[in-house]
Amino acid sequence: MTTRIKDLAVSDNGFVFDPYSGSSFTTNAVGLHIIRRLQANASRSAILQSLDERFEGLTETLDRDLDDFLLVLRQQKLVDPDFRL
Amino acid sequence: MNRKLTVAITGLNATDNPGPGVAVARALRDAPEHIGRIVGLAYDSMEPGIYQAELVDDVFLIPYPSQGSEALLRHLEHVIAQTGVDVIIPTLDSELGNFIAVEPALRALGVGLFLPTAEQLELRSKPQLTRLSENSALPVPHTLILPDVGDVESIEAEVGYPVAMKGAFYGAEIATNVHEAIAAYHKLLAKWGGPIIAQRFIDGESELNVVAVGDGKGGLIGAVPMKKTVLTDKGKGWAGVAIRDEALMEITRQFMATTRWRGPCEIELIRSRTGENYIIEINPRFPAWCYLSAGAGMNLPLAVAQLASGEVVKPMSDYRAGTMFVRISLDQIVDLEDFGQLTSLGELSRWNHKAAKKAAS
Repeated sequence: MTTRIKDLAVSDNGFVFDPYSGSSFTTNAVGLHIIRRLQANASRSAILQSLDERFEGLTETLDRDLDDFLLVLRQQKLVDPDFRL
Repeated sequence: MNRKLTVAITGLNATDNPGPGVAVARALRDAPEHIGRIVGLAYDSMEPGIYQAELVDDVFLIPYPSQGSEALLRHLEHVIAQTGVDVIIPTLDSELGNFIAVEPALRALGVGLFLPTAEQLELRSKPQLTRLSENSALPVPHTLILPDVGDVESIEAEVGYPVAMKGAFYGAEIATNVHEAIAAYHKLLAKWGGPIIAQRFIDGESELNVVAVGDGKGGLIGAVPMKKTVLTDKGKGWAGVAIRDEALMEITRQFMATTRWRGPCEIELIRSRTGENYIIEINPRFPAWCYLSAGAGMNLPLAVAQLASGEVVKPMSDYRAGTMFVRISLDQIVDLEDFGQLTSLGELSRWNHKAAKKAAS
């Protein structure tokens, strides 16, 4: 993974700032949780487990939703183009 | 501790295409432990920064650059005698030649400047920028100088279309064929003078700028890169954000090393959709957005004032990426007496009045 995601400025209300591009984004609580777990070098299974524990009702599509979110991060160049969990 | 500096600045024309003077004064005001009196040097009594009484203690009208360096020096001698100026920070392209010419005379009067040499000034001019890139690794889009309108014919073979047609000092038009290029040539020549240059058009993803200060020995005192986030219809940045970008910093360091630049500058770059950075212009002075450097924790105008006074300033590398600016336009209420005094006498001093008010309180 690129170190870029580690340098993102992330606020509790879901505002995300990329200091390299100057771009800013907003994300919901789930996205925010994933970014923070990625910043802490968490594995895929650890992220899935923590999402399951913290956000009820996400279980059925959790795997796919995580991949969708990672795709967004790749598109925004916040992780390397070949980054996969 | 050193005594507080009295600093004179130009470029108080904070219009819709603002000069940098007000931003420089604001940055200096952020350092009251180092900066005392601020003297504005204006070309016209309607320059808006004149009426920022909290920023500018005194204002003197000085002759337009077209009147030459002798006239400038005569006026500056009067300003120095009246205010005890320690350093001057010129901020406008058009006046730099004159200030460089009078720098030795000012130094003899005990007044410091921290400016590039005349040769350095010429190196970064638009017509010379390609040559600079040929002698270094600095990335500049391929550029053709067009001394005559007949030279427009060679654009297709040497640069290709679309092309950015530019005046030597200001103005740019995009041309997609030879007919548009000829029209742009005449328009730019009539408005801004020659020589006209044709520069490869870069389909940019974003406009990036760096405000930087060189130490005159090839080193970098400090730099803050910025991404414009809101543009005016003239393409000027109305809002922006300080970013962290090692590629831009490396280009800035290379520029300083190649030119041994002395003083402030603004490097304007464009990032192509494929991620390459190209220098499109280098302005030999502070940009109007330079207060962002102070806001982000790296006060570059203060550094220039200190360097001009002969103080040693260590290179700086820390600033807060993510610091934003959003410009504002507002109407100042102006005391008619101030306007009248400046118009009739060519000078306006608030310093003694401020000092008396401070003593009384």
